[in-house]
Amino acid sequence: MAYLEDIGSYFLMLKRTFGGFTKRSVLKELIFKEIDDLIIGSLPIVIFISFFVGGVIAIQTALNVDNPIIPKSLIGYATRQSIILEFAPTFMSIIMAGKVGSFITSSIGSMRVTEQIDALEVMGINSLNYLVFPKIIALLFFPFVIALSMFIGITGGLLAGVYGGFTTYTDFTAGLQDSFNSFHLVYAFIKTFVFAFILATVPSWQGYYMKGGALEVGKASTNSFVWTSVLIILANFIITQLLLS
Amino acid sequence: MIKVENIKKSFGDEEILKGISTVFEKGKTNLIIGQSGSGKTVMLKCLLGLFKPEEGFIFYENEAIQNMDDEQQRTLREEIGMLFQGGALFDSMTIEENVMFPLRMFTKNKKSEMLERVNEVLERVNLGGVNKKYPSEISGGMQKRVSIARAIVNKPKYLFCDEPNSGLDPKTATVIDNLIQEITHEYDITTVVVTHDMNSVMEIGENIVFLKNGILVWQGNNKEIFSTDNQDVTDFVYSSDLFKKIRDIQLKEQ
Repeated sequence: MAYLEDIGSYFLMLKRTFGGFTKRSVLKELIFKEIDDLIIGSLPIVIFISFFVGGVIAIQTALNVDNPIIPKSLIGYATRQSIILEFAPTFMSIIMAGKVGSFITSSIGSMRVTEQIDALEVMGINSLNYLVFPKIIALLFFPFVIALSMFIGITGGLLAGVYGGFTTYTDFTAGLQDSFNSFHLVYAFIKTFVFAFILATVPSWQGYYMKGGALEVGKASTNSFVWTSVLIILANFIITQLLLS
Repeated sequence: MIKVENIKKSFGDEEILKGISTVFEKGKTNLIIGQSGSGKTVMLKCLLGLFKPEEGFIFYENEAIQNMDDEQQRTLREEIGMLFQGGALFDSMTIEENVMFPLRMFTKNKKSEMLERVNEVLERVNLGGVNKKYPSEISGGMQKRVSIARAIVNKPKYLFCDEPNSGLDPKTATVIDNLIQEITHEYDITTVVVTHDMNSVMEIGENIVFLKNGILVWQGNNKEIFSTDNQDVTDFVYSSDLFKKIRDIQLKEQ
């Protein structure tokens, strides 16, 4: 029963988020600030993780296919497929659920605890539109982060493969271009949009409706990460079934 | 003027407000007092429209808040200033941005005009030179003053204060009390202060509503409260040793 109430309050939150709009000039500033916090602020960790995970994928593929019959171009092919289909869109989104999701929950939760949300409501401002809507718009830029993650991941794989002596530049790039299906990119970006919406709204819901003090802000952040990750994994399964099977 | 007619509010099976009727007068500091759990904050949140009473009406001038549509409620809230217990300043904004916030949201003034008004109200609450600081960089008393400045910057008709003195030393608390009263008279607004601080009652209690277990048991002013024979009120007033001693001295002198 409690779960049903939670689901209901989540959708009611969405309804209120897209109504009672904040003054346009203020909203524009808020959106730019959220882009800075949520998108630009995430780039260093995205670049770091993507580069090294891309490298690890290339090395592990190379070490597992040491049969001389199998072409070395497979390393590039496997790196590309792993990164485009799963690592960049799904696992990077789960990592972002930890970084961006916790940030959203703790910042909105702290505002709840310190009555800043009440202050907005008393002033006649739709606090959900003011707080959540700019985050949703900012996270529409999330696919750019994922595109960057794909590029950096593949670059990491190329450098690790070539400079680690597992493959050559020519073999790796041949693998990258082998049997390329552009729909895989479409599929990856469709699910990235869905994950971005989950990333913006589930942590916001956790923070907005939390009750209690500082300790509860911490608990809400943990719950936020858990639920965002679970929903991303579920959505990933459903979208994959619909688009690829 | 705010008129409250027989409001009732429950949470689950627990009835918090049990049919309260009163009037909060314009140009006066109206205090809602009572012990913890008496329903003061719930009443304040009902007045603000944050809680909806199950029964009764709250009239702002002659318009019941319950009968207002969303747009009318939004317009009403633009006329409300609120001082929260903890200040509720936006910690991601500077003091200047905090005070300017209602102007940015509800007016079409130029930035220079808004800045002029911000400086004017900050001077009014005796806070100069803190414009570019963040709330975490100033003291609790200063945060309360900034919060008052933010509450009055858009020239509200109604000012609500929730425990304005909590966490403040007695001297700063008196400064805040006096500031609230001065602003009430200066702007001729309806001010409602929720408090359980007897010093506030003495300083600024022009109209006092005493609540006990969700019932209004007494109403009067800061002179009458010390001479009432209402047992609930005298128990509350003389629960502090200081007031007991003052009463004993007065009795001896008589």
